[in-house]
Amino acid sequence: MKRLSLSNIIIALILGIGAIITVFPFYQTLMLSFSTILDKKAGGIFLFPKSFDFSSYIYIFNEGKVTQGIYISVIVTIVGTLVSMLITTAGAYALSKKGMPGRNIIFTGIVFTMFFSGGLIPFYLTIQKLHLQNNLLVMILPVAVNAFNLILMKNFFSTIDPAIEESAKIDGANDIRILFRIIVPISLPIIATMTLFYAVDRWNEWWLPMLFINDTSLQPLQLILRDAITNLSQSLTNTTGAQLAAGVQSVYADSVKSAMIIVSAVPILMIYPFVQKYFNAGIMMGSVKG
Amino acid sequence: MGNAIQEDYRAGEIKLRRLKKPLGKEIVKHKYLYLLVLPTIIFFVVFAYVPMYGVILAFKDFDYSLGIFGSPWNDFQNFRDVLGNPDFVNAFKNTLFISFGRLIIEFPVPIVLALLLNEMFNGKLRKVYQTVFTFPHFISWVVLSGIVTTILSDQGLLNELLQVFGFGKNNVLTEGNSFTALLFISNIWKEAGWSSIIYLAAIAGINPELYEAASIDGAGRFQQIKSITWPALKGTAAILLILAVGGIMNGGFDQIFNLYNSAVYNRADILDTFVYRSAFTDATGFGFSTTVGLLKSVINCLLLFSANFVVTHVFKEEGLY
Repeated sequence: MKRLSLSNIIIALILGIGAIITVFPFYQTLMLSFSTILDKKAGGIFLFPKSFDFSSYIYIFNEGKVTQGIYISVIVTIVGTLVSMLITTAGAYALSKKGMPGRNIIFTGIVFTMFFSGGLIPFYLTIQKLHLQNNLLVMILPVAVNAFNLILMKNFFSTIDPAIEESAKIDGANDIRILFRIIVPISLPIIATMTLFYAVDRWNEWWLPMLFINDTSLQPLQLILRDAITNLSQSLTNTTGAQLAAGVQSVYADSVKSAMIIVSAVPILMIYPFVQKYFNAGIMMGSVKG
Repeated sequence: MGNAIQEDYRAGEIKLRRLKKPLGKEIVKHKYLYLLVLPTIIFFVVFAYVPMYGVILAFKDFDYSLGIFGSPWNDFQNFRDVLGNPDFVNAFKNTLFISFGRLIIEFPVPIVLALLLNEMFNGKLRKVYQTVFTFPHFISWVVLSGIVTTILSDQGLLNELLQVFGFGKNNVLTEGNSFTALLFISNIWKEAGWSSIIYLAAIAGINPELYEAASIDGAGRFQQIKSITWPALKGTAAILLILAVGGIMNGGFDQIFNLYNSAVYNRADILDTFVYRSAFTDATGFGFSTTVGLLKSVINCLLLFSANFVVTHVFKEEGLY
């Protein structure tokens, strides 16, 4: 139906330029992570570094802090995603069943939290009261359910033909059994989508640990990265000539920073293509009737 | 005779009672569903509703040793302090400015992107583009700000290129105007592709026969977009617009907090970053910060309801509720 014509080529070109602009900063960061002070002195790193050098990576993995950050982030991501998926799936399924008394009250109560919240300080005091500081659970429990994800899943479950459950009910299965034995296996697109959403959120978490984790041995990768970036950015405002020598030093620091950025982005880069095919379908089904 | 009517009446009453099953029995019947939803309820009570109770701090002089409940009331002193604070006024203005900028500059981009992607003739290339555009959504602002600051820093790629072409150095990150522009551009970079998915989903629901009929009638590409594609997108755009208006007091904490520095506080400090700094860096007191947060939440809610009202009653589109 759609043929190769001038307007089609123009559209493809416009989008192509957009795509290159989108990707380029990531590419530049990757190249920077392979470069050294010498590359910088020899005239900059634009498309390729003068030599591919892995010393930044060797440095961050030997330094220990990054390795430990990855370890913490992996634990939080795996446990956190499991906890979130269990609670959200169960809650969304129950709320998708018509006829349960109180269903609307519970649902309205959840939606309300999306628009009104106690704010930072009351939240902070609540976490303190629960003694979650310097506890990895602080990155898991307060964010266990995302109201948007819950609604998306609930909408998906409502589209499933009730006849499927009826027959299982007649065979004597209860709601919990039906959910895990029948509903979950036929809901893979939405489950894969939600798993990706939660996993990415847990992997990217920096705000909760920044507020509640002082113990440096419990810091996740994002927080360690954030510290590294802020410390480097502080030299940003110094443009005096006296800082020139430090400037040369900071090129190497930029490589280290870039290597950390790449390391923290790679896991997402790896799982994303596998889940992408699900989430287009998942979002479409979940967002029918908003 | 009278007896017969009474009998009938009683029978009817019994029938009615049977239709409206007793609540107790209904609850027992759904006991497993309650069990399934229980963790969700506990979550929202503990992490959303208990903090909501904490907003009464806005009306109190918070004393740590006395706790939220025991702290003394302070007769709206917090509100007077907040409204008289020049940094609050500045943050309030910045939040409005940045959010309205986002509505005008950022909001239409995903719609245009979805329309362009939909017009692509090559399905494979389209998928590649879509993957590329949605990818930055999944990267945190911590990482993205690291990338942005590296490229825009004094020693970074931008200044290197500017020098190659004979221009002077530019400090995007420390100059107010260009920093605000950077906020818009970098957020489009991160979110436009992702936001376009929901519009693409709406487009996918359009019956292709409509397009065929239109092209037989001689409608060109733009006419087809105007009279088939856009009407299908309007409803989605209306809902997203309501949500965006309801978030005007937010301004984008993650992005700004990770990108800004003291040189651009006067232009980039929003309510959320102000709350954070006043509570944890400047130690103005928890009562003060809670008050700012409460004002923010209340204004957001009012805006959300007004936007929904305007969309449903003035423009006759389907709203949020």
